[in-house]
Amino acid sequence: MCHDSDACRRRIATRAAVLRRERLDRPVVFVGTGTCGLGAGAGKTLAAVKRYLVDRQREADVVEVGCIGLCSAEPMLDVQLPGRTRVSFQGVTEDKVAGLLDAVFAGDIPADSVIGQFRTAAAQPWPGVPYVDEHPFFAPQTRWVLANCGMIDADQIDEYLARGGYRAFADTIRTKTPAEVCDMVEASGLRGRGGGGFPTGTKWKYALNTPGEQKYLICNADEGDPGAFMDRAVIEGDPHRLLEGMAIAAYAIGASKAYVYIRAEYPLAVRRLVRAIADAKAYGLLGDNILDSGFDLDIVIKQGAGAFVCGEETALIHSIEGKRGMPRPRPPFPAVQGLFGKPTVINNVETLANLPELAARGHEWFRAVGTKTSKGTKVFALSGKVARTGLVEVAMGTRMRQIIFEIGGGIPNGKAYKAAQIGGPSGGCIPAQHLDIEIDYESLKTVGAMMGSGGLVVMDEDTCMVDVAKFFMDFIQRESCGKCIPCREGTRRMLEILQRITRGRRNETGQEALERFKGVMYLNRLAEVIKDTSLCGLGQTAPNPVLSTLRYFRDEYEAHIFERRCPAGVCTELLTYRIDAAKCKGCTLCAKKCPAEAIMGTPRSPHYIIPDKCIGCGTCVDVCRLHAVVVE
Amino acid sequence: MITIEVNNRRIEAKRGEMLLSALRRAGITVPTLCHMEHLFPSGACRMCVVEVEGQRNLVPSCAFPVVEGMKVQTHSPRAVRARKTIIELLLASHPDDCLYCVRNGNCQLQTLAGELGVRERSYTGEKNNYKIDTSSASIVRDPAKCILCGRCVRVCEEVQGVSAIDFINRGSRARVGTAFDQGLNVSSCVNCGQCVLVCPTGALREQSHIKKVLDALADPNRYVVVQHAPSVSVTLAEEFGMKPGVDICGVMTSALRALGFRRVFDTAFSADLTIMEEASELAARIAHGGILPMMTSCSPGWIKFVEEFYPDFIGNLSTCKSPQQMLGAVIKSYFAEREKIDPARLFSVSIMPCTAKKFEAERPEMLAHGEPDIDAVLTTRELAQMIRMKGLDLHALPPDTADTPFGRRSTAGKLFGASGGVMEAALRTAYYLLTGKDMENPKIQALRGFQGIKETRIRIGELDIGAAVVSGLGNARKLLDAIRAGRNDLHFIEVMTCPGGCIAGGGQPYGTDLDAVRERMQALHRIDRDEPVRFSHRNEDVERLYADFLGKPLSEKSHHLLHTRYAPREVVV
Repeated sequence: MCHDSDACRRRIATRAAVLRRERLDRPVVFVGTGTCGLGAGAGKTLAAVKRYLVDRQREADVVEVGCIGLCSAEPMLDVQLPGRTRVSFQGVTEDKVAGLLDAVFAGDIPADSVIGQFRTAAAQPWPGVPYVDEHPFFAPQTRWVLANCGMIDADQIDEYLARGGYRAFADTIRTKTPAEVCDMVEASGLRGRGGGGFPTGTKWKYALNTPGEQKYLICNADEGDPGAFMDRAVIEGDPHRLLEGMAIAAYAIGASKAYVYIRAEYPLAVRRLVRAIADAKAYGLLGDNILDSGFDLDIVIKQGAGAFVCGEETALIHSIEGKRGMPRPRPPFPAVQGLFGKPTVINNVETLANLPELAARGHEWFRAVGTKTSKGTKVFALSGKVARTGLVEVAMGTRMRQIIFEIGGGIPNGKAYKAAQIGGPSGGCIPAQHLDIEIDYESLKTVGAMMGSGGLVVMDEDTCMVDVAKFFMDFIQRESCGKCIPCREGTRRMLEILQRITRGRRNETGQEALERFKGVMYLNRLAEVIKDTSLCGLGQTAPNPVLSTLRYFRDEYEAHIFERRCPAGVCTELLTYRIDAAKCKGCTLCAKKCPAEAIMGTPRSPHYIIPDKCIGCGTCVDVCRLHAVVVE
Repeated sequence: MITIEVNNRRIEAKRGEMLLSALRRAGITVPTLCHMEHLFPSGACRMCVVEVEGQRNLVPSCAFPVVEGMKVQTHSPRAVRARKTIIELLLASHPDDCLYCVRNGNCQLQTLAGELGVRERSYTGEKNNYKIDTSSASIVRDPAKCILCGRCVRVCEEVQGVSAIDFINRGSRARVGTAFDQGLNVSSCVNCGQCVLVCPTGALREQSHIKKVLDALADPNRYVVVQHAPSVSVTLAEEFGMKPGVDICGVMTSALRALGFRRVFDTAFSADLTIMEEASELAARIAHGGILPMMTSCSPGWIKFVEEFYPDFIGNLSTCKSPQQMLGAVIKSYFAEREKIDPARLFSVSIMPCTAKKFEAERPEMLAHGEPDIDAVLTTRELAQMIRMKGLDLHALPPDTADTPFGRRSTAGKLFGASGGVMEAALRTAYYLLTGKDMENPKIQALRGFQGIKETRIRIGELDIGAAVVSGLGNARKLLDAIRAGRNDLHFIEVMTCPGGCIAGGGQPYGTDLDAVRERMQALHRIDRDEPVRFSHRNEDVERLYADFLGKPLSEKSHHLLHTRYAPREVVV
C-alpha cells in the first residue's frame, strides 16, 4: 500500500507540517474572528488586511481563527513570516493594520502592541520579543480544551487532523470496547463541566448498561448563563475537537445518533459546526461504518430558542422532541429513559472537548492534573471588573486569587476587589476572604458557590451586592419555565422583596415599609423552601445568589433596609443629592434639566435640592460642569 | 411487596410504584394539586413533598419510586412548612374573591389553605391580571385563578388528544392559553369539559345558563319544559353528599317540577328514539352499501373532533341528531302541536352531564327557523346549584315520574349514560330489525367496563357485525388512525368523548374520580338488569310518536327533524 512507503510517509509529514504552519512559503496573517473579535471590530480589521495586501501587492495568506481567549485584547492579529515564529498583536483596529503590517514586513515588531511570539523549535524567534507562554495571561494556564482555539483555521478539518485530530477516536474504535472507554473515562475522574459535576464515565455506564437498540448522545451547547461563553469559543475556534469528543462518547455508550443542542443566538458557532460535520462526513469520520469499524454515527444540530431552562437535561430533551422546554421529575434519568424514551447521555461541550486528549493520552495523564476530587482543567469565562478578560483554562485546584490577579491582571483603576460571581445565576459569590481557595467542585460548595458552567464575573468596590442579587433574581424569575410553584412564584416574590429594599422611601407606602423590614427574614424563608422543593436544578439553585450575598454581605442588605443607603452608591433611589453652595455658581442648568423640578434657586446664586421632590435620577450630577452636586 | 417505614410505622408497598400510591393505600394523606391517577407524574405542584432519609432535598412522593426499607416522614415540620409556603405563594398571586367564586366551598386551593392554617398574607406583591375568556359556548376560562397545576393541559393533550390549551410564556408570566392566544371558541377545543372537571380552582367553569333558565321560569309568557339526560339521575345525588351510584331519578323529577318546569321529560326516551333511527340507518347502510363503519353521533365533543381532526370520516358519522337535539326537535314540533302551544313560547331546557351540549344546542345546524330547539343547557352541577338556591331538600321530596308524551324509556335508552350503552342498545334493536326477534340475552358484557377501546363481534342472522366502543378522544384517535391505515373489519363504532362515557362527563360533579364513575356505571347496569323494558323498540311512547307523527324511522319527517349533517371545520391550532 502507498501509505506504507517511505516516500508517502514523507509526503504526508511535509503536508502536515505545512498545515501546522511549521513550514511557510509565504507570510500568513491571522485575524481572530470569533464572536468576541467581531464585536471588537475584527471584521473591519480583516477587510483592512485584505485591502492592505492588494494595495501593497503583497503575497500572503489571510487566515481567520477563533478566539485565543484574551478577549480584552481584541481585535487581535497574528503575523507569521516564513522561517520566523508567529507573533501576536493586540488591539489591531482597522486603522492600525497598515502601519503594523508595514513594520512587521520590514522586520520590526512594534513593542507597544505586541503580545508575544509563539515558541516553536521549527522557526527562528524574533529577538527581544517576549514569548506568549510567558505572558501573565497565558503562563499560569493549562490549555487542553482550548489548545487549538485561536491557533487554527476552524473551517479546515485538515488543520485539525495535522495536529493529531481524530487519531484518538480512530484508535479508540479500533482497539477499545465501549465498556473499556467508559472505564477509562471513569478512571480519569472526568466530571461534567456543565454545572453538576457528575462523573462522566459513571453516567455513560448507566446508558451503556441500559438495554436498547437506539441510544442517543446529546451535546448540551445551550450556554445560557449571563457572562458565560466557553462553549461558544470552543465551537467557533475548534469545532472538530467537539465532534471528535462526541464521536468517542457516542461510541462508548452505543449511540448511533447524536444531537448538538445549541442556542440560535450563536450563528457563527452553528455555521462552523455545520461545516465541520459536513467535512467530517466527507472524510468518513462520521456517517455509516466509520473507518470500517462497523460504528455508525450521525450528528444533527438542533437550535434552541434561548430559554435558560433548556440547559436542564429533561427540558432540553423536551425541546428536541418539539415540546415546550419544561423539566420533568427524575427518575427515570435520561440515561435510562431520555430522548424519545431511549437511553440518552447529555454532556456539556467542555466535557466532550476534553475527550480527544484524554483518549489520546490515557486516564493516568488526565488524573495527574487537578485536586483530589476534581481532575483535569476547567475553562472559565473571566469578565467584569478585571484588567484582562477572556477565556481562561486552568488546572483544577488553581487558586481564585491567581485567576483574578495574575491571569486577569487584577482590578483596574486602582479599585479594590469585592467579590466574584462564579457559576452564573445558580452560583454564588466569592468574597475576598476566600480568594485563596483552590477551585474545585467541592471547595466552591463549601463557600456557598458552585462550579456551574464556568462564568466568572469579577466585581469591584463600586458594585452593590444587593443590586447583584437583584439582577440574578430578575434573570431567574424571568427564565423560570413556570412549571413548579416554588420556582415560579417564589423567585418572583424574592425579586419583589429585593426591589422593595432598593426602592426609595418616597415611593413607599406604610405597608411596604413594614415588608421592607421583614425582607431579610422572608428572603431566607423563601430561599430555603425554593431550594428544598423545586423540581429542577434551576429552581433548586435559584436562591443561591441571594443566599450567597446575604452570607457575605449582610451588612449591605442591612444598610439598604435600615439605614436606607446603598454603600456602593449604585441603587440610585437610595442616594441623596445636595448642592455644595461653595461650588455652585447658579448657572441654573441643573434646575432646567431636573425632571422632577426638585431644584430651586435664583440665577447666579447657589441652588438647592428639595429632598422630598428629588427622585434620585442623577441628572444634576451629569450636567453640572462645576462638580457642585454631592452624592451621598 | 416490600416494606417501607413511614412516620415510624412500617407499611407495605408494591415494588416499582410511586411513594404516593403506597401512602394513600396506607391511609396517609399527602396533599396534591397536580397529580392525576394513571398519568406520568408531572411533579409541578410540589405539594406532595416528603422527607426521605438520605435525600438532600424534600422529594415529591408522586414521582419518587419506593425502595425497600426507605424511611419517610410525611408531615415533618420541614415538609409542612414547605407545603404551607407553596400555598401562601399561590395565594399571593391569586385573586382574593373566594366569596364570588364558582368554586367557593369546593376549591382545592381554599381547602388546602384552610388545612395548612394559612391565616395571614405572608407575601404580597404584583398579582397576575388576565382577561377572562368567555368566547366559548361551553367553557369559561379565568386565567387569573389558574395555579398552573397543568391538569387541564394534560387531560386535553394526553387523555383527549385535542391539545387546545398549553402553557405559554415563561416565569411568573407563564399561563395556560390557546394557540396564538385566541379565544377558546376558535381553538380546537371540543368543549368536553374534562378540563373543568379536573381543575382544582375556579379557573375553568361551564358557561352558566342558570340565569337564562331562572328568567324563563319567572316569565309567565314562557312555557318551560325540561329534559334530563340518562346519566344525571345517577350522579346528582353526589352533589348532596350521597355516595356515588345512587339513582334518584324520581326525586329529581319532583325537584324539577318544584323548580317550576311545566313538563319533565326523560332524554332516555329520545335515546330510544335515536336508537330507532340509528339502528335503521345502520341496517340501511349495511343493506345498501353505505359508508362503513358507521359511527355514533350522540357525543357533541366527538362530532367537533371529527370535523376538526378527521374530516375524512364525516361520512362515517351517523346523520342522527343526539338524543338532546331529537327531543328538542319533537318538543317544538310534535309536542307544541299536540298541546297547542306556540313554539315561540316554549322554552326548552336540558339537564346534561356535559358542557359540549351547550355548544351543540347553539350549532347553526340545530336552529330550526332561526330558533334553537334547545334554549338552555344546564350541567348536573348547575342543576344542583339551582336546587340549593331554591332551598329544595331532596331527602324530603317524594319520587315522581316523567311526563307524557316523552316520559317513558327503555333501559336501553338509560344505558346511553355509560360507555358502551349506545352500542348495546343499538345492537339490541338492530338485531330485532334484521331478524324480527328480540335478543335472548340482551346484555353484551364485552362492551361494558372501563377499557378505552372495547370490541366484539355479534352474529345477527346472516351478518357478522364488528362493533367497537371507544371512550376518550385519545382512544378514538388510535382507532381512527388504524382505520385510516386500512383496518376494515368494523361495522359500527360508538364513540363517547369522555373516558367512561357521560357518567364522567365534563358537567358532572367536581371531584369525579374513577371509583365514583365505576359506581355510576354499575347503577346504570343495575337499572338495565332489574327493569322489564330493555329494548328501545319496545318503548310505547316511541311507538306512539311514530304512529302519530313521524311515520317510520328514516321517514321524510324523521329526516327533517331528527337528522343533521356535519362539515369540516377550520380552527386555530
